[in-house]
Amino acid sequence: MAKFFERNGGLLGTYLLVMVGFWVIVLIILPQLSMLDFSFRYNLPPAQVGTDADVWNISNYHFLLFGAEGNPESYNVVDMSVFLKTLVAALFVTLFDLALCYPLAYYLAQSVSGGFGRVLVLLLIIPYWVNEILRAFAFRIIFGSSGIINATLIGTGIIDEPIDFIRADVALYAGLGYAYILLMIFPIYNAIESLDRNQIEAARDMGAPWWRIHWRVVIPFAKPGITSGCTMVFMLTAGALAAPQILGGPSSLWFTQIIYQWFNTGGNWPRGSAYAVVLLLTCIVFVLAMMRLFKIKMGEIGK
Amino acid sequence: MSAGVGVELDNVWIRFGNFIAVREANVNIAGGEFFSFLGPSGCGKTTILRAVSGFLEPSDGNVRIGGRDMAGIGPNQRPTALIFQNLALFPLMKVWENIAFSMEVRGVASAERRKRAEELLELIALPGQGDKMVSELSGGQRQRVAIARALCAQPDVLLLDEPLSALDLKLRQHMRTELRSIQKQVGITFIYITHDQGEALTMSDNVAVMRAGVIDQIADGQTIYDDPSTSFVASFVGENNMFRGTVKKLTKDAAVVATDAGELDARIASSVKGELKSGDDAMVFIRPEAFGVAEAGARGKGRIKAMVENEEFEGQSYHVFLNGPGDTHIKMSLVNTGRTSGSAVGDNLTIAYDTKQAVVLPAGELASE
Ligand SMILES: Nc1ncnc2c1ncn2[C@@H]1O[C@H](COP(=O)(O)OP(=O)(O)OP(=O)(O)O)[C@@H](O)[C@H]1O
Ligand SMILES: [Mg+2]
Repeated sequence: MAKFFERNGGLLGTYLLVMVGFWVIVLIILPQLSMLDFSFRYNLPPAQVGTDADVWNISNYHFLLFGAEGNPESYNVVDMSVFLKTLVAALFVTLFDLALCYPLAYYLAQSVSGGFGRVLVLLLIIPYWVNEILRAFAFRIIFGSSGIINATLIGTGIIDEPIDFIRADVALYAGLGYAYILLMIFPIYNAIESLDRNQIEAARDMGAPWWRIHWRVVIPFAKPGITSGCTMVFMLTAGALAAPQILGGPSSLWFTQIIYQWFNTGGNWPRGSAYAVVLLLTCIVFVLAMMRLFKIKMGEIGK
Repeated sequence: MSAGVGVELDNVWIRFGNFIAVREANVNIAGGEFFSFLGPSGCGKTTILRAVSGFLEPSDGNVRIGGRDMAGIGPNQRPTALIFQNLALFPLMKVWENIAFSMEVRGVASAERRKRAEELLELIALPGQGDKMVSELSGGQRQRVAIARALCAQPDVLLLDEPLSALDLKLRQHMRTELRSIQKQVGITFIYITHDQGEALTMSDNVAVMRAGVIDQIADGQTIYDDPSTSFVASFVGENNMFRGTVKKLTKDAAVVATDAGELDARIASSVKGELKSGDDAMVFIRPEAFGVAEAGARGKGRIKAMVENEEFEGQSYHVFLNGPGDTHIKMSLVNTGRTSGSAVGDNLTIAYDTKQAVVLPAGELASE
């Protein structure tokens, strides 16, 4: 602690401490704690808040699991299946992004020289200057029945009738996959960029074919980057709202949309909070389990 | 096993755009030989090695290994193993996995790989250290692991790119002897790159001295030292006093060159015999240890009168720095026999050299210190 002040000086040190403290406590911990608190309460009219009726209980979690009283099914099938579908879909999107971004990141980091590489990176970044919602609408237009893809397919005579990409959820997955692609590319790019080229050449010199070079040399080295990319993409995809809202087909529902409905149209903040807490905790547990499985330590992600 | 696999560079040119990194390299390395490329930084040594190992194709000419043309054959197909300037060990593999990586590539079972790795660890004097991570080893140990990893691939030709440059002097000397003995043991061709002349001269059967993309001389260490073929080689390898002047008299083997330090008798370097003409701009090279204090009446000796400027004692020898005629700076090294030179700073001395140990070469480029 004394060292910290020594290094940064009294004024700057205090400033940094206060700002970091503010960030962590006011912007992260307190809101989450109040969400947690909310999730254990009844949805009471304002007049009853704070009265004897306002006690902690698990009714909201019970609802997520078992549905309303008198539910003929033994579980809350609708919400639970959306929940599972969201997680599986987020996992799928993450793997898809990984498969797409790893070769790209490798190419950018190891094969492209100087100026051209920077142009490519810029081309990747520029679309993200556009607002997330506008981007989602752009995808809607591209995948629409008279959008550029259908127009091209019909124009070239491959199909006669436009394909309903929205209903088939193609637009949704494309939009979700695209939304956080940078968060996948850059950590992997950073990791691979610091890999000594000679190691790749040494492996090649030892007779290794390209796939073994990746399997034994590049991927182990890039593992922290891959993990941090996958973690971020998974968390953000599972928690995405704009893309499912705008690009989702009429039959598809994302778990965040249910949360949104409880908060907004449903007017039931405690239940929305409970759903949100479950989503957050499940994602965290899932990510930790994956890290355990692939033997990755928390500290490596920060690299 | 036969006598080993030789390597030939046949009129090899390597260009990067307009820049010529290697021009007209003709090298013939016999199987089982310890061959060194010696040259200052940036002269194209690594580039040549990369052409032999297959990481780049020559712009012109051929690389042949064991008589087979290597054009179009990638580094993973060539019978070479390269030890990189920075070793390039795999940091996320254990030591034994590093060593046995080439066997893993060939699909050898784990137990057998492990066994072979242990044998090689024995060879490099690191027995039982296979389960360590590379980061847990010292610099010299990593060095040896890199050598073991390359040997494990059972190459016909081992290519070493300044593998000892990162080590401190003591360890470097130790590793030199060790490398040499490993080479004798395994009997394969070693191509060794260095900008350290001591290393090249002590270890190699033959040395190629390079200057800015050109190979000036290929010969054994003693020939390079005693009979350099260009002024660059003479000034780059070992220490040398250089006197510049014009050729006055010529015989078949010797010449008299008029220099600032007077007329000097010297032997004509073998590479330019018959080419040197009277009146040519020439350089006479005389090694510091070729000089001695003149004894009256000795024959076959060239003489220079000079004033002692400074003396340095260095244990086994001491160096006398002299100022000769025409303000030439001369260094003389005398073996420490327990007696002093009997001279003091400011004294005038006549120093003498054996004219057979002085070499005349056409004036040309010198190595910059
Ligand atoms: N890929 C490349 N593109 C352009 N120029 C290159 C390339 N590789 C090497 N060169 C140039 O070729 C010359 C020789 O380089 P090389 O690496 O062979 O030198 P070196 O003799 O190994 O030097 P050092 O002792 O410092 O390792 C240098 O001038 C270098 O700038
Ligand atoms: Mg080099």
